Amino acid sequence: MSPATELQWIAAVAALACALPGGFLLLRRQALLSDALSHSVLLGIVVAFFLLGSLDSPWLVAGASLSGLLMVLLVDLLQRDGRIKEDAALGLVFPLLFSVAVILISRWAGHIHLDTDAVLLGELAFAPFRRLEWLGLDLPVALWQMGGLLLLNLGFLLLFWKELSLSAFDSLLAGSLGFRPALLHTLELGLLSLTCVAAFDAVGSVLVVALIVTPAVTARLLSDRLPAYFVWAALVAVLSSQIGWRLAVGLDASIAGSMAVAGGLLFTAALLFSPRRGWVAGLRRERAQRRQFARRLLVIHLHNHEGTPQEAEECRLAHLSEHLNWSAETARERVDLCLESGWVSWAGERLSLTAEGRAAARQALEELPLQLAGAREEGLLCPWPAPRT
Amino acid sequence: MIQLDHMARVVLAGCALIGLTGGALGTFVVLRRQSLVGDVVSHAALPGIVLAFWLTGSRSTPALAAGAALAGLAGMLAASWILRRTLLREDGVLGLVLSSFFGLGLMGLTWIQRQPDAAQAGLDRYLFGNAATLLSQDLAWMAGAALLVAGTLALLWKEFSLLAFDADFAAQLGWPVRGLDLILTLLTVVVIVLGLQTVGVVLMSTLLIAPAVAARQWTDRLGRMTLLAGGLGALVGVLGGAGSLAFARLPTGPAIVLAASGLVLLSLGLGTRGGWMWSGLRRRRQRREGREAVLHG
Amino acid sequence: MNGPGSLAVEIRDLTVAYRERPVLWDVDLDVPVGVMMALVGPNGAGKTTLLRSILGQVAPASGSIRVLGGTLEEARQRIAYVPQRGRVDWDFPVSVEDVVRMGTFGRLGWLRRPGAAERRTAREALERVGMSDFARRQISQLSGGQQQRTFLARALAQGGELLILDEPFQGVDARTERAIVDLLQELRGQGRTILVVHHDLQTVPDYFDQVALLNVQLVAAGPVALVFHEANLRLTYGGRARDPERLPQSAPVAP
Repeated sequence: MSPATELQWIAAVAALACALPGGFLLLRRQALLSDALSHSVLLGIVVAFFLLGSLDSPWLVAGASLSGLLMVLLVDLLQRDGRIKEDAALGLVFPLLFSVAVILISRWAGHIHLDTDAVLLGELAFAPFRRLEWLGLDLPVALWQMGGLLLLNLGFLLLFWKELSLSAFDSLLAGSLGFRPALLHTLELGLLSLTCVAAFDAVGSVLVVALIVTPAVTARLLSDRLPAYFVWAALVAVLSSQIGWRLAVGLDASIAGSMAVAGGLLFTAALLFSPRRGWVAGLRRERAQRRQFARRLLVIHLHNHEGTPQEAEECRLAHLSEHLNWSAETARERVDLCLESGWVSWAGERLSLTAEGRAAARQALEELPLQLAGAREEGLLCPWPAPRT
Repeated sequence: MIQLDHMARVVLAGCALIGLTGGALGTFVVLRRQSLVGDVVSHAALPGIVLAFWLTGSRSTPALAAGAALAGLAGMLAASWILRRTLLREDGVLGLVLSSFFGLGLMGLTWIQRQPDAAQAGLDRYLFGNAATLLSQDLAWMAGAALLVAGTLALLWKEFSLLAFDADFAAQLGWPVRGLDLILTLLTVVVIVLGLQTVGVVLMSTLLIAPAVAARQWTDRLGRMTLLAGGLGALVGVLGGAGSLAFARLPTGPAIVLAASGLVLLSLGLGTRGGWMWSGLRRRRQRREGREAVLHG
Repeated sequence: MNGPGSLAVEIRDLTVAYRERPVLWDVDLDVPVGVMMALVGPNGAGKTTLLRSILGQVAPASGSIRVLGGTLEEARQRIAYVPQRGRVDWDFPVSVEDVVRMGTFGRLGWLRRPGAAERRTAREALERVGMSDFARRQISQLSGGQQQRTFLARALAQGGELLILDEPFQGVDARTERAIVDLLQELRGQGRTILVVHHDLQTVPDYFDQVALLNVQLVAAGPVALVFHEANLRLTYGGRARDPERLPQSAPVAP
């Protein structure tokens, strides 16, 4: 393989390995934990480096994971007595750990290859130079690392699929069924720290969050079901790594930055054009619903006043614009809609329901409670709220 | 008495000013639970800085700050638009916006650095901050921003305090809640942008959060909290700035974060509002008062 | 002006929809001046939406609302509102008196700071809800009932003719509930109109003189003695009101 192809492979495998843990993290509403973790692990790396004097040691990984755990513990401790809210606690702890790490690096390790630039940008471009031959394969160390991590994350996901999805959905229920969500969550966090450490090498600390969060957020717009959600996240991850790589080569710019930008672009595309939840589809659906709604509104109004003393008054066009507070134009439009579907007819100055219209009104009335329940359920599913009319 | 040269005075004054405004405004950021929003704005500002530098070719503060402000605001508005129009949650959307914008900034930064003719050096300071690059004219901008923030807070104090406590009620009074929200956001963006050169993109949000959290441990009144947070912000600014002047290769941003975190820890321990020292005592007294309240209404 | 017999709230053909799904459908409701009315219905019936419509925080799909004989904008200064207690951060750094003084902000107008007169108003309001001793206390140190009294005092400081309360008895001890009811009835006696979202069906006949039963559509509205009976409650709650414990024992039977 040429170094360029190797780079492409590393980028794709890293993106994939990060996207998987991101899926459940997002469902748990803890996506920003990845940002905090990716900053915090730097401290562990630096401290381990000072103790060991080398950047190639499994102890570095252990140190990094420990500092990730330290961050989680500190945040938990700070918000425990309620004096500091969760967002502020998170926002205080990880910059502190990160700052300590940066100070250690820039004061005492400035001359070696662990410098602050590498921390921010990652050094994917140099990855092909560090190689490892194993099982007769001569591949970059980064590819071995990310590949192993991908297998680990995938294995964890498949092994605990049922437990993970249950505890992400309802951690209380999972607990009562004896699944020990706390233990599972700790395992998950450990894996996530590990992922952050590995990805950190490739893309630097700030952009780890792009690899972990962006595919999941994009996938959320493209699917409603859990398996499909993960498949989409994986697809988006691979796609954005490849688009990003091409961008970087074309512009001679940072690979990590380009991957993050590509992820943002894919998200924007999904935001606009997702078939069920995209902006365009939403507009179209809204329009159809508004017509249906307008027709029902009118026939129910007529139905409610049918046979009452005010009928003659309530059912005139002029009244509709006055009492329903519709403009004359809107009222006209809506009446036309109903005339078109044969739900109403003119009786002189007055609108009256046809048999069909009466049936439609009754049906709409019966469906009201159902519709309401539906609206609530769908509120979770369909991301486009109506604009105010 | 230590003799301070001109540069040192500029650096310390700059750090104090940015700490003062950041701390005071941070009170509202923290109380409105927008701590992570500051992080998003500061990260999102990076592409604006790069773009402004590329367009104007200058490293003057006003040009870069304008770019940063526009990009930061764009990031913030993008996030709030997505949040309003979809059912995606805040954590995911903030992570997405932060990383996409920052990625764009890094792309631009590396691209500019690889151009052969670029008078590039110096944009790096926006990542971790370097107060030593502050100039006298930068101070004028910071003082202006401080005046703007102080003046707006004083004028609209009643409005902002109600907005932060109970926005629903403010809406019921017929106040333009979204307009007020936008003013507060704009002020925050201005302060963040002016702080970037001193503290850096990555750590700016701490300067908003830490003084406010620390001040909250000493008082139960909004007005005092805001003043105290401003004062504490200035203090940590000066401490951090002095630290980075005194020691070689100590970046200003991390130094300020260290000072601010120490202050938070101190306040959590000793603060009059249930500091760890007093909490045992207080809890006992409260329990007694609670019983009396139930008995006597 | 609004003499007896005129309407405090007049709702005509009100339909409110989120995403074109109806939350309130073709509601007509009159709230006469000087009554204390309960707004009753199952969860999701649109009670809070109805309140928010009256306060102008929700744009209706159709219909009109008149408040105190005019549009909402004309009447805004004459309405006082007590939101649900859970909607604010009770750890916020303000004292009880600060919160109550916020009730005067609507009258103050832009840029003006509250002064001695506003302080006096706040003190008086606190006195009326029996919270004078707590004026300087930070709000996190209050019990649920005391928090609710604080909110009520803020509404008193607003000084409206129409008082709108969203579930004021939620999580409140029995003593406070009684105290709040007494105060509301006293206010009603002074000619103010009171509209309350209420959950406990048992207490409706004791506390209120009128009731509106709502479940997306208005099921019935009027004097408690006339409309608060089992048939209407069944219509409102579907099968769920069959539990005899929750129905008032003395509910009059439909004529």
